[in-house]
Amino acid sequence: MMPELGKYEIEVLSSYAVSIVIIVALVAISILRSRKARALLDDVEKRSGRNG
Amino acid sequence: MASIWEYANPKKFIATTDKLLPWVSALAVVALVSGLIWGFFFTPEDYKQGSTVKIIYLHVPAALMAINAWMMMLVASLVWIVRRHHVSALAARAAAPIGATMTVIALVTGAIWGQPMWGTWWEWDPRLTSFLILFLFYLGYMALWAAIENDDTAADLTSILCLVGSVFALLSRYAVNFWNQGLHQGASLSLDKEEHVNDVYYYPLLVCIAGFILLFVALVFLRTQTEIRARRTRALLARERLGQ
Repeated sequence: MMPELGKYEIEVLSSYAVSIVIIVALVAISILRSRKARALLDDVEKRSGRNG
Repeated sequence: MASIWEYANPKKFIATTDKLLPWVSALAVVALVSGLIWGFFFTPEDYKQGSTVKIIYLHVPAALMAINAWMMMLVASLVWIVRRHHVSALAARAAAPIGATMTVIALVTGAIWGQPMWGTWWEWDPRLTSFLILFLFYLGYMALWAAIENDDTAADLTSILCLVGSVFALLSRYAVNFWNQGLHQGASLSLDKEEHVNDVYYYPLLVCIAGFILLFVALVFLRTQTEIRARRTRALLARERLGQ
């Protein structure tokens, strides 16, 4: 299944590995920050609602 | 007909992007996965570059998005300067880390490709140098947002920085045309069919570019929502402190 990459195997595979890791990290950080911001806002809105 | 300025309302922006986000994200995943699989597994080696030609499916879309992200930030910054819509300033702020990430991918994959093809990881070539400067502008832009406490002042100053940095974003795009020197070859894509890469590489490359664009849009939606919520949280906390 793996294509024959010849003498540039390391270059091609490392390009894909580095790029995919960076993209996955960016997506994961964005999702985690989004969840955290949403939870914090809910919390603060509830508190300020209680305090009028 | 609804005006585009309706989306400058944070609630309207969040409600609309909440509906769009799953679709844009799903399309991004489909385009990225299919484009990369097509390019990696089902395209032949190039007679000159060998299998390193497969790196274009990452390098070209990442470089394209590194420049286009800055252009989107420029438009959003101009909207902030002219119309004072907070959502546009926050969208520019949200796009910066994505653009910086794309610049890193373009620089790293370019260096990995350059080593066997040019015999060097790096060369002070016009396009490479302007790209490195663009990356430094991204870092400066993010640092400026982080360093200033007042959101409006931060938006004003970062918008000015964005205007200045646009020169380097444009240089990164057109450096190979302005200066007929340096190692970097001409654009891989062109409206002139004779100039761009062979069709066997071109079509999977277009799918990968579509995937990167959709990924960028999805992340800008998500991160702008985050910035809007964080701003609202800061405002509520400030009100709480004043009330105490």
